[in-house]
Amino acid sequence: MKFSPEFESRFTEMLTHYPTKRSVLVPTLLYAQDEVGALTDEVIAELAQRLDLTELEVRNVISYYSMLTTRPRGKYNVQVCTNIACMLVGGEELLGHCKKRLGIGHKGTTQDGLFSLEEVECIGACSWAPAIQVNYDFHENLTTEKLDKVLDDYKKKGTQ
Amino acid sequence: MASLTSHPDEVKVVSRRFGQGATGIDRYLQLDGYKAVQKALSMQPDAIINEVKNSGLRGRGGAGFSTGMKWSFVPKQSAKPKYVLCNGDESEPGTCKDRLIFEHDPHSVIEGVAIAAIAVQAHTGFIYIRGEYRYLSVIMQKAIKDAYAKGFLGKNIFGSGYDLDIHWHGGAGAYEVGEESALMESLEGKRGIPRIRPPFPAVVGLWGGPTVINNAETLASVPAIILGGAEWYSGLGTPKNGGTRLFCLAGNLAKPGVYELPMGYNLKKMIYDVGGGIPNDRALKGVVPGGSSTPILLPEEIDVAMDFDSVAKTGSMLGSGGVVVLDDTNCIVKFALRTMKFYRHESCGWCIPCREGTDWLEKTLTRFHAGAGLKKDIDNMYYLSENMLGRTFCPLGDAAAMPTMAFVKKFRKEFEDHLEGKPCPFEKAGTVEQLPVLA
Repeated sequence: MKFSPEFESRFTEMLTHYPTKRSVLVPTLLYAQDEVGALTDEVIAELAQRLDLTELEVRNVISYYSMLTTRPRGKYNVQVCTNIACMLVGGEELLGHCKKRLGIGHKGTTQDGLFSLEEVECIGACSWAPAIQVNYDFHENLTTEKLDKVLDDYKKKGTQ
Repeated sequence: MASLTSHPDEVKVVSRRFGQGATGIDRYLQLDGYKAVQKALSMQPDAIINEVKNSGLRGRGGAGFSTGMKWSFVPKQSAKPKYVLCNGDESEPGTCKDRLIFEHDPHSVIEGVAIAAIAVQAHTGFIYIRGEYRYLSVIMQKAIKDAYAKGFLGKNIFGSGYDLDIHWHGGAGAYEVGEESALMESLEGKRGIPRIRPPFPAVVGLWGGPTVINNAETLASVPAIILGGAEWYSGLGTPKNGGTRLFCLAGNLAKPGVYELPMGYNLKKMIYDVGGGIPNDRALKGVVPGGSSTPILLPEEIDVAMDFDSVAKTGSMLGSGGVVVLDDTNCIVKFALRTMKFYRHESCGWCIPCREGTDWLEKTLTRFHAGAGLKKDIDNMYYLSENMLGRTFCPLGDAAAMPTMAFVKKFRKEFEDHLEGKPCPFEKAGTVEQLPVLA
């Protein structure tokens, strides 16, 4: 299986940075997931073969890292932080609001495949709390009103 | 977005280029960029190490170990290649400062890694950035590319004859990977399980070779020390606690934000002056001084200098700089519960005291918050935590245990108020599912 030209050139370049092939595994898994949507059996077999690893060794690594998933998610993965700094200023309320508005729970995906929801640990936005990430984008200093606007914008973008 | 705030008491060293476009290499050069590494190339490696030692710079990731002393542990001769590894896995709850360095001054990290490499005679460096910080990884990758293009990295850097490669590396979501030995395991393409120490990374590190591992802010502080001198940097702080650091003010505060203040700045002043005090006419209930791994301080304990040694004397730690302020609307049992939920979730599972201990603590605190707490469990939580201390490969177990001991010791009454069928006095009635009290 082949990935995009950008992925392939990055993969080839990164291999030259380390004395062992498997050192590229963790960032490569995330780039592969970004492209394919999830770490499918095909992706796992491909990366295992390229890095001289068994599929079990690759799955072993995947299960450790919270951003990696073998199951497809929504187009926009809404990650709400409820750790201490965000919790003190309304992070839990934001999570509850998302659950109600989207009709899904933690690790759920909406029927139309547009949104997934995840309760996450500290994302490094503590001084701008409460905060969320949608895929890789940060949305901070939120209220439920601002959060609704953020989700409205993604909904518009995703259904164009 | 991650906006910048300021206060007149700030002493801007590591943040001096914030908001000035210094991600662009030409702008960085205008702002004294890459002068320090060229000076380092003309110095003896031992002279660089001594300068950093005498500056009083101590690890800004949380442990506060003397940076110069750590570099001095790298053996002069080594059969295996030596490495410098920048820890940019910032994940300690309450901490959001390395994020700003990556966003506004990525070249200062590259330059710090380069100086560390020259000091220990390493020729390869890695800058590991947590997976969630993707936009910052993009910025760093461009900065590295620009440095190579100008001959500041690669073969014969600055025409000096010294070869140095620095590479970006990305994570994929794991707090434990911020622990230096788990960081190395992750970079080597494995699960982030820590290694037993000794041997320490400076002697046996990446792929078995001597490796200097420092936090991003620590490394970003090094160029200023080389240019300004150890005496100047040391004088900004307190004895044995040199310099300034980024403090992340968060929680129930009027003016949360990241502020660079001298080491030893008073915590009470930090909360009420810099942070603007507690809004809505509420009172202070407690403050976590340096990220969730540090024991909470009571209002009567906040008249303390924020440096490593002074905070250690209170029984807590300066930690990562994450200053999390709680007002009196908050339930400490709930706060302790959320903290233990985090450690149980993030425990790698290797060591029994941590894996089982964090799980039991989370379950017990869940029962307390749901009105099903047992009196004997107040003391049990303390004793169990005590027995986790020092019995694990890495400090995650300690990071769960020490805060728990402080919560129980300092807020005992609050735990007693949750006993045996009483609903949480802080939560709205009916919002917390009650659990039955077991005999």
